[in-house]
Amino acid sequence: MLDLAKYQSIGAALKDALEEFSAEVCLIESDREREKDRLTYCEFKTRAHPLAKALQNSGFSANDRAAIIMTNQSKWLISAYAIFYCGGVLVPLDYKLTPDDQWQLLKHSNASVLITEYPIWRQLAASSLRASAVNVKTILITEAPPNADLSGAHRWEESRGAGEPTFLPRRRSDVATIVYSSGTGGRPKGCMMTHENYLEQCVALTSLYPFAPGVRYLSILPTNHAIDFMVGFFGPFTCGAAVVHLRTLRPEYVRDAFPKYKITYVSLVPLVLKNLQKGLQARFDALPPGKRKIFDALVAINKALTKSQPRLALSRRLLKQVHRAFGGELRAIIVGGAFTEPQTLQFFYDLGVPVANGYGLTEAGTAITVNDLKPFRADTVGKPLPGMEVRILNPDADGIGEVSVRSKTVMSGYLNEPELTAETIVDGWLLTGDLGRFDSTGHLQLFGRKKNMIVTEEGKNIYPEDIEAAFESLPVEEFCIFAANYIWPKRSMTGEQLLLVLHLEQGQSLTGELRQDISARNNRLLNYKRVHGIVLFAEDFPRTASLKIKRNILAERLAQQDRANAILPL
Amino acid sequence: MRTIDQTTQEVLTLASTHFQVPANSLAPDDDFFKKLGINSLQALELLSRLENHFGIELPDYEVQGVSDFRTLASRIQSRL
Repeated sequence: MLDLAKYQSIGAALKDALEEFSAEVCLIESDREREKDRLTYCEFKTRAHPLAKALQNSGFSANDRAAIIMTNQSKWLISAYAIFYCGGVLVPLDYKLTPDDQWQLLKHSNASVLITEYPIWRQLAASSLRASAVNVKTILITEAPPNADLSGAHRWEESRGAGEPTFLPRRRSDVATIVYSSGTGGRPKGCMMTHENYLEQCVALTSLYPFAPGVRYLSILPTNHAIDFMVGFFGPFTCGAAVVHLRTLRPEYVRDAFPKYKITYVSLVPLVLKNLQKGLQARFDALPPGKRKIFDALVAINKALTKSQPRLALSRRLLKQVHRAFGGELRAIIVGGAFTEPQTLQFFYDLGVPVANGYGLTEAGTAITVNDLKPFRADTVGKPLPGMEVRILNPDADGIGEVSVRSKTVMSGYLNEPELTAETIVDGWLLTGDLGRFDSTGHLQLFGRKKNMIVTEEGKNIYPEDIEAAFESLPVEEFCIFAANYIWPKRSMTGEQLLLVLHLEQGQSLTGELRQDISARNNRLLNYKRVHGIVLFAEDFPRTASLKIKRNILAERLAQQDRANAILPL
Repeated sequence: MRTIDQTTQEVLTLASTHFQVPANSLAPDDDFFKKLGINSLQALELLSRLENHFGIELPDYEVQGVSDFRTLASRIQSRL
């Protein structure tokens, strides 16, 4: 691994990595059964440098911003490297957002360059909001068919400048990326992450889960997500490891990739991990009684022998079939993006597949705590990573309070939001809004949220305010959206739901017609953003002098109703 | 060559069989996430079944953001 303490920026570290590991494979790209691409670090460089030169020729320079909206593939990483090489600021955007949301964030980020894929561009180009993002001057699109209507964009594949590009150095304190942790509604939260944030986080994470040449990481979480950016790009590249991309993320192709590419690490969101558990459990349940008995005995032996720490070689021998299905080289499944149920984590650990369970948020630079597996603790989210100071604010009688963090990995602030930044980072401490406590061995346990938001099992952060635009002009007196657990706090991080609170007009009732209107609007939202129930409130919403809803006071009043009776199904 | 109506009907039949819901409970404009009570992964499973049935490949990007049977059927129809 490169000694990252010596480096000032992501670009400088990656530049040296391409030389240091020149002959090693860095990228493999597969589409269904077909392998589309396999690149060494040297070949990666020969593809990235002409792109960097083309960007520079177009006027792109240090501190300029360039957005990427792409599915996981080699051109994502090549483009990101080219942006860093030019000293630019990367704005990685979620390809699953609607085109209108994407334009909104493109405008908010003030990106001058957009790099995207042709199918995504087709939808973006058709959006009426395109005209609002006048800041986007250069658009490069990958994989456009011959004779395709490019609608003012240029082909990525033809964006090749002649001659060597000029490397533009950055300092550790400079902004490296703007990562949107949420906020496609009224107030986008663009986390400004510095080069130092990434360099420090990479050192901390790889000290627990090391990468090296020969190690292969399967990239499934979107690369715009903080986790995949770190463990599916910057981490492996600074250690000479390889990243495997799948262009088709159907479960059957993901399953096949493990043995085919001898995967060492993979990151998953809880939803996918649970699905994997379900599939494995069904296979175990289908075993004939005799075989099942032997299998259960082997799992029990493995469990006993790995109680204090994982013993991969032993587990691979004991539970050969299971490990063969995972390719035989899997060292750990990294799970993140949302809370994972302990029972799921334990299921995999008992099979000899350690799950690196942790806790983090984009604002803190990916991970705050990670299970160090010494021993494995499914009921916690692990211990703070090296360099992380974590404390519990205002603990109650049970020791539970708000988790706060101080570290070199904490973002410099929210883009264009000094007030929000000041509310979130107080005296150098990042207030996470999550409730937790430390147990006697220093492991962090989480017990719900203080803030009005939910995180889905797919790892999506949803803030109620962002959903409210979908219900604008709903024919009621007033409405707003809440996370159910914000109104009725639960000491749980799972099964979180959004609720639509309605104050009906005088004499109005919740008719079938109104329900239909609500359902139709709800269905236009992406499926993970939808509200799950309605709560009626008979009084005026408490508001500030500027007519903003006082959500905390409204939540307190709503909480006077019984939760089970108050929530009406949609 | 199937008509779009035939394709839509086959999509509905396959979804009802795969997720074991009564065929007559599904309509073309239904949101399949909501009506079938499925998550994004289960939707991917359905896509694989549909690919096998129609003998086509549906790239992930083609179905990005699609959540009703009618639009799904039209994406399939364009590849038949």
